Amino acid sequence: MSGHISPTSTYLTIFAALMACTILTVIAAFINLGNLNFPVALTIAVFKATLVVLFFMHVKYGSRLTKLVVGTAFFFLGIMLTLTLTDYLSRGWFTAPARSTSAGAITSLTGPLTTGVRPLEQAPQNSPK
Amino acid sequence: MPDGTIAAHDEHHGRHHPALQHHFQDLDQQHEASTLGMWLFLVTEVMFFGGLILAYTLYRIWYPVAWALGSEELNIYMGGFNTIVLIGSSLTMALAVRSAQTGAQRATVGWLVLTIALGLTFLVVKFFEYKEKFETGHVPGPNFHFLRGGVESPESPHVQIFFSLYFALTGVHALHMIIGVGLMSVIATMAYRKRFSPEWYTPVELGGLYWHFVDIVWIFLFPLLYLVDRSHHIV
Repeated sequence: MSGHISPTSTYLTIFAALMACTILTVIAAFINLGNLNFPVALTIAVFKATLVVLFFMHVKYGSRLTKLVVGTAFFFLGIMLTLTLTDYLSRGWFTAPARSTSAGAITSLTGPLTTGVRPLEQAPQNSPK
Repeated sequence: MPDGTIAAHDEHHGRHHPALQHHFQDLDQQHEASTLGMWLFLVTEVMFFGGLILAYTLYRIWYPVAWALGSEELNIYMGGFNTIVLIGSSLTMALAVRSAQTGAQRATVGWLVLTIALGLTFLVVKFFEYKEKFETGHVPGPNFHFLRGGVESPESPHVQIFFSLYFALTGVHALHMIIGVGLMSVIATMAYRKRFSPEWYTPVELGGLYWHFVDIVWIFLFPLLYLVDRSHHIV
């Protein structure tokens, strides 16, 4: 069978890179980067996952069909995450006209992740009785 | 098969590798189809874990304070240790596949056994983490308590959602690990019986794909669960 055989050194290099990234992500978590902590952690995780998929899972040496299937999986995952978050993150950006409540006002919460989104249980004040 | 049957078979098809199934032209094509099938299964797994992680993300946006409080209760040393163990097991798995590819049968068994040992190490550490959660009342349900300074925290109901997702995500991941250890045991036994050769090692390769995928899930779970807002101290 003519499967690609990677040299052991490749696997050791990828392992070392994954270990370095793990240490990096722990260090980054303890440094206050403001709003950037979550994106930085995710970027490192995505990079690590890419290394595993390409080298440990041999997708780099796989057929085009395999690459297409793998790419499709993450493409559809991206659609699910992006479309859902465009809804949830944009709630409260605009006030519906002819409402006296100020639900649209961006309320300053503590924490880096708040974008003016209010928890679900506070939604009724914004809905018609 | 009795000798007569083999003779009849060879007369009908010509001699071929015993692992080759008749609807494939050769082992390369069979291997390609098997790999594609495994990846299609992993696509469904991506969406399965993706849905859970999406739920996690939405609740984190709603309850950032509860997420920071809950995350600080997790043991970063145990989580970090398990991350290293799992990445190490991915390395031994990759080397097991390489040994199978190069026909090093004893080495294949060795690397697979090491992979199983690392997988079990992960599960043992996870067991002690869960045990601690049961003892401190951080398991969602009627006995859930989240105390701050001796009294129930006002964030307690939201922290309970964090721990629900923590147990859902790590629980389903641990289940995959248990299944993975079982799969590796079967494949290690096959390797011990010298079933694999450079011509045919598909089970090792596909088992490796599964194992690496479970590793990738943990690569995301570790920062998402253990490293939430460690630096902000927003509480």
